[in-house]
Amino acid sequence: MNNKAMLFDYVLHLADNQVIMAQRLSELCGHGPALEQDIAITNISLDLIGQARLLFQYAGKLDGRDEDQLAFLRDVHEFRNVLLVEQPNHDFAHVIVRQYLFDEFNFLNYQALCQSKDEDLAAIATKALMEVKYHRRFSRNWMLRLGDGTAISRQKMQDALNDLWSYPGEFFEMTGGEEILAKAGIAADVASMKPTWLANVTQTVKEASLVIPEGDWHQTGGKKGIHSEHLGHILAEMQFLQRAYPGQTW
Amino acid sequence: MKGKVYKILAAVKDPEIPVLTLEDLGVIRDVNVLNDDEVEVKITPTYTGCPATDVMEEEIRLALFVAGFSKIRITQVISPAWTTDWLSQKGREKLIEYGIAPPVEGQAKTALLEDISVPCPRCGSEDTKMISAFGSTACKALFQCQSCREPFDYFKCHA
Repeated sequence: MNNKAMLFDYVLHLADNQVIMAQRLSELCGHGPALEQDIAITNISLDLIGQARLLFQYAGKLDGRDEDQLAFLRDVHEFRNVLLVEQPNHDFAHVIVRQYLFDEFNFLNYQALCQSKDEDLAAIATKALMEVKYHRRFSRNWMLRLGDGTAISRQKMQDALNDLWSYPGEFFEMTGGEEILAKAGIAADVASMKPTWLANVTQTVKEASLVIPEGDWHQTGGKKGIHSEHLGHILAEMQFLQRAYPGQTW
Repeated sequence: MKGKVYKILAAVKDPEIPVLTLEDLGVIRDVNVLNDDEVEVKITPTYTGCPATDVMEEEIRLALFVAGFSKIRITQVISPAWTTDWLSQKGREKLIEYGIAPPVEGQAKTALLEDISVPCPRCGSEDTKMISAFGSTACKALFQCQSCREPFDYFKCHA
């Protein structure tokens, strides 16, 4: 793979993380547990779509396709998002735990990318970080409120944490191209972020009266295009219009 | 000529908060008049996902077209990133008049939303509380005044 192809793959990975997380959250529009949470989750989804657009536009400059082609006309195996973001909403506890685990990572990742030698990536990251700060506060506050809430809410949060704990390990795996780009100061060195991420998450989990699940085996594959069965269903809905009516706009 | 274009752009309104102009928002980065009928405008988006950005571009296009420009190029510049510090003083005053509390300034900018004191845009009381960190648009949070009991929008710090 040449440098341009590596960078394209990397930017796509960043964009796919945001767009698939956003698509999952958008399912809750009109279905949030209370009006404020409905609005908050929809707002977060909108921010992530905005970030995905900037990243797709940049990826498109390297590849020649436009943002819509990249979002709507790629199949499952071409998506590079981490597996966590495609996991189903299930219940509000799963939504919050998934969001929190992702937000802590997204924050660190963008923070590192602000220093990228690639000017476009640094500019996008600087912008996105301002928004992710608010996302992380929202999901962290709900971790505390529900974890430290009633016996039922705590149990649901612990169950969600147990269910999802095998996914974040993938955040810190680097593909071959990513390692080369990180050495060149372009990509973020995600492997080095794991201790900080784990310390932040452990602190929150502890404050929320929850327990970090045992074992450190993790799911893997998303960054290489090997996905869980859920992504196909997400894309079927997200890409329907462009698949059924190619080139349609409004 | 450049001044004329700035003047036209200054009158274009934010589609979401129509008391503010694009000048008040601080989103206009640069203007290049290339010919009598050709102009390039550089703008900075506020929030990445803000749907108003696309509408703003359309309105800029329309205003310049009416003023006689037939070739209009609008470029988005994302660095340096837009911040609420770029809201003009006049814009801040207009927001209060409109019932939206402008972003807090100084040290409080980096504080958590729960910890800042946002004066009520209606009665001026400092006794207000946050109801929701996310409000009617991406850029706002929802607050309520404890004195006059009126709920109000707060324009969040983006920095």
